[in-house]
Amino acid sequence: MRLSLEPRTSPWPLMSALAPLLAVALATLGAGILFALMGRDPLAALHALFLSPLDSVNGLAELALKATPLLLCAIGIAIGVRANVWNIGAEGQFIIGAICGGGVALYFGPDGGWWLLPLMLLAGVAGGMAWAAVAAFLRTRFNAHEILVTLMLSYTAVQVLGWLVHGPWQDPEGFNFPQTPLFEPGALLPVLIEGTRVNLGAVFALLSVPLGSLLLGRMMVGFRIRVVGLAPGAARYAGFSEAGTVWFCLLLSGGLAGLAGICEVAGPIGQLLPVISPGYGFAAIIVAFLGRLHPVGILFAALLMALLYLGGEGLQISQQLPLAVTGVIQGMLLFFLLGADVFIGYRVRIVPRTPRHA
Amino acid sequence: MHDAAMLLAVLVATLRAATPLVLAGLGELVAERAGVLNLGLEGMMLVGAVTGFIAAVATGNLAWGLLAAMLAGAAMAAAFAFLTLGLRANQVATGLALTIFGVGFSALVGNSYQSQPIQGLATTLFPELSTAGPLLQQVLLIDPLVWLSLVAPVLVHRFLYRSRAGLILRAVGESHDVAHAFGYHVIRIRVLATLFGGAMSGLAGAYLSLAYTPMWTENMVAGRGWIALALVVFSTWKPGWLVVGAWLFGFVTIAGFQAEALGLSVSPQLLATLPYLSTIIVLVLISRDRVRLKLNAPAALGKPFNPAA
Amino acid sequence: MNPVPPRLRLRGITKHYGATIANDGIDLAVLPGEIHALLGENGAGKSTLVKIIYGVAAPDAGEILWQGRAVAISDPNAARALGIGMVFQHFSLFETLTVAENIALGLGTRQDMAALAARLRDVAARYGLAVDPGRHVHHLSVGERQRVEILRCLLQDPSLLIMDEPTSVLTPQETEGLFAMLRRLAGEGCSILYISHKLEEIQALCHRATVLRAGRVVAECDPRTATPAAMAEMMIGGSLPQTRRDPGRAPAGPPCMVVRGLSLPSDDPFGTGLRDIAFALRDGEILGIAGVAGNGQKELLAALSGETLAARADAVTIAGRPVGRLGVAARRRLGLAFVPEERLGRGAVAELSLAENALLTATDPDLAPHGFICFDRLRRFAADVIAAFKVVAPGPDAPAGSLSGGNMQKFIIGREIGHAPRLLLAAHPTWGVDVGAAMAIHQALIDLAATGVGVLLVSEDLAELFQICDRIAVLHAGRLSPPRPVAETTVDAVGLLMGGMMPEAAHAA
Repeated sequence: MRLSLEPRTSPWPLMSALAPLLAVALATLGAGILFALMGRDPLAALHALFLSPLDSVNGLAELALKATPLLLCAIGIAIGVRANVWNIGAEGQFIIGAICGGGVALYFGPDGGWWLLPLMLLAGVAGGMAWAAVAAFLRTRFNAHEILVTLMLSYTAVQVLGWLVHGPWQDPEGFNFPQTPLFEPGALLPVLIEGTRVNLGAVFALLSVPLGSLLLGRMMVGFRIRVVGLAPGAARYAGFSEAGTVWFCLLLSGGLAGLAGICEVAGPIGQLLPVISPGYGFAAIIVAFLGRLHPVGILFAALLMALLYLGGEGLQISQQLPLAVTGVIQGMLLFFLLGADVFIGYRVRIVPRTPRHA
Repeated sequence: MHDAAMLLAVLVATLRAATPLVLAGLGELVAERAGVLNLGLEGMMLVGAVTGFIAAVATGNLAWGLLAAMLAGAAMAAAFAFLTLGLRANQVATGLALTIFGVGFSALVGNSYQSQPIQGLATTLFPELSTAGPLLQQVLLIDPLVWLSLVAPVLVHRFLYRSRAGLILRAVGESHDVAHAFGYHVIRIRVLATLFGGAMSGLAGAYLSLAYTPMWTENMVAGRGWIALALVVFSTWKPGWLVVGAWLFGFVTIAGFQAEALGLSVSPQLLATLPYLSTIIVLVLISRDRVRLKLNAPAALGKPFNPAA
Repeated sequence: MNPVPPRLRLRGITKHYGATIANDGIDLAVLPGEIHALLGENGAGKSTLVKIIYGVAAPDAGEILWQGRAVAISDPNAARALGIGMVFQHFSLFETLTVAENIALGLGTRQDMAALAARLRDVAARYGLAVDPGRHVHHLSVGERQRVEILRCLLQDPSLLIMDEPTSVLTPQETEGLFAMLRRLAGEGCSILYISHKLEEIQALCHRATVLRAGRVVAECDPRTATPAAMAEMMIGGSLPQTRRDPGRAPAGPPCMVVRGLSLPSDDPFGTGLRDIAFALRDGEILGIAGVAGNGQKELLAALSGETLAARADAVTIAGRPVGRLGVAARRRLGLAFVPEERLGRGAVAELSLAENALLTATDPDLAPHGFICFDRLRRFAADVIAAFKVVAPGPDAPAGSLSGGNMQKFIIGREIGHAPRLLLAAHPTWGVDVGAAMAIHQALIDLAATGVGVLLVSEDLAELFQICDRIAVLHAGRLSPPRPVAETTVDAVGLLMGGMMPEAAHAA
């Protein structure tokens, strides 16, 4: 007996929707086994991971807060992947966005007016775009692959942030801690629900869902992106510019990641620190795939991933498990999803091994 | 005398810094020559580093550590092979998954070993190291894995270009459909190449945690897996050029420390960006020649193979 | 009764692919020294059958007898061990490896490279198949590549050689050379299974023919005595449809596209650059471009369609306007339409619906006003194309990948004609489609030309070119011969040009 994969005559659309659920179920099972192996009660740990964070208004608010950067980054990544443009460096664009927007806040200090916050947001978007533009330029001009370039730029961005908060932008009154002064109140995003940390950033993130759907589903530019990704030969035949698509996708995803970055530092953090993201830019890649590269799916995937982050923090406190558990579960989730996707295009058949010359 | 010692120090430091890049890069080069694009080097190296470290601490024997690291890297590669070659998942996405998983997994299992010191490979093999003179000390720092990084490229080159197995491997990476029509077992050959790549990545990771540093810290691979990937492109899939590229990077990495030694004051964070920026520059220099890349790249690289079609 | 058992006998070979049946109880016998034709349309099941014989695919049912003994051919190595060699239609060669390496890989066992090269030279000399063992395959011409494939088979001393559509890449003269070699081989006792849909070739070469249709054997005949019309009827299961052409057509009008001094290096390292191409396509004519694949067809079409830009704007003009520096979309707006060589992945996107595929080449702003796609209008457009060109498809929302090759090609041609072009470029429009669809496509091109649209037809099929073109030019090694009216040239003359025998006049032009 052996298993054989047979291509389906046409893809199975239902499986495309079921695969993420299957992956979540398997990852939950995997997480349970992991907890048991680490000597914890799996049910209690799973409860702490998935349910405890949601039992209060503040928990839900924190969920929205963590989903915001994931959603913004993932929608940009997904639109890129649709065009076969792999922006793996959203983390770097996020950081540069935070640096540029945060730099505006620090420059004006208490002298800012009503215009300060919009200017910071613009600077954040522009910073993220500029960082991604490097990759777009090198890809279109020199054929250098964007996966490696955006990644290297991410590592570089981490160091640049480290240099700034250890050096020129360090708070002179901060007891030599690597951090900038706190932003002035006028440089912080307004909180939406009193008593929580949910801020205007969540609105931007929510808006990106219908706008992204519109772009991919209804607009000519989205159609071009899909054709470039599905069949580059057909795109050349149709006269859709590959370079233009690469630029568009990288600038869009870079801008969204930059927006996420400035929203993070002008929101819950309120200053620049050496580490401002627990890997949102990388986790957003998983979010994009889990959401089937579709904005609506990504909304749910971002909430799930935010829950994992939140639950991971809870586990650290209630079960004394290291935060890295979150990363392992994230990785498993993507593995299972990629594995489950096989059923969309293939039928699994059990072939009895027939003896020769029977 | 002082100048000679200085020069030797730079040379040894360069070779040592290049070793993980050569080892991981060679493994990936072989896998890519068979048509498999595994972007999970970073993850496999991290898992190799932490597994090797834990095994070495547990057994008190570095050799077991190296072996465990290779097995761990190969196990990660087996997961990749199962998904991409067995279930025909997208190789790029699966490679990223491997890295994300590896980052999390290594941090989790290495949590309690964080920053614990261990006696490194060189000092274990050459206990007289601490009492040797500075010149001898430098030479003794060239541990067996550094030697391996000099010998392995020659062996891989001979395998690829002088052996029938190497010819078949290149043929599979060139066109899996033709190789299949000739009766070669495309999947089996690719799985083996992928496993070799994983084992080499694991070994490269273990070199970092057992010989280079030597200790385990979270995320200690610090992008070397990605740099090794870029070096494979830079080498145009030729082992000799891979070594040249790795030495270049080894030199850039240690140039920072040397600059400090010479009294230049540069922020350590900015110095740390050098390897990453060099990677981009190297990538740009090699990629701009599309024709040369196309002539040298394995034509079936990253493409899924469907024997039923 | 024949005392000698057939070299190969198939009994009841059946093979399913999913729901479709590719081979349905096929019986076949090939005698020693016989050149046996396997005749059938595209999709009749010929390729599947030879894959089974060569061990690339496994049959679901049936029996293979080799020299009278039942055998299981599990993979190509087993086939080669029995003495079966195969020359594939799409050459199975590794581009970046040398000739000797390719042959060593094809032999399946460990080889001493020096001894192999010596044997290679020996066999090559015996059969007149000269080729340098040390050269890289990507430097070889198509004819040379075929020689490598044949040599690879001959080195194994095969007793059955399978040739899959071997002449589609050869000039008529090269075809003659190949036939001489095959006859000699058969004379030495080697059996040859010759797969083709070209009736004249089978008549000239083969001793016996087995005709396949829809996966079944429908007839067996002696091609030397059967008429082509009779064989064609067996093959398609009905009488051959004829294309109608109005004999009293108005002569062609003013030029709609003029190309002058077009030279372009190929951006593909394995491609052919264009050298000083010049021709004029007139309104209402069908201009044929003949040539063996790989002589610059891809590059020429890319330069005409705008996918690659010429050095000078006036190298290409459409309706008098220099367009050499304009891209695809701008040229389309001036009335250019293009049917590319590959259907899926180039002319259409398999995963997208027919309606969305209609948008691929649309220039009508009403289909996507202000950058927003109007799906209602697109569906109507696609439905019109489906109806007008009798495309067999569930509807405008069906994914392109679900259509058969012939129907997809009809849809692509219909879409291009539906955009009301001034001139149409068509590359190998009937390649790999069934006879019915091919006729419909020819008719569509003829009708289009009759409305005053200039049609440029690039094809490897000389029969097709001579059937529907007004004038024919030949592309060889990136050079184009001056177009000649069909009535004033012959297949042989075109064949010589395809082989690179440029008459002096061509250089002067």
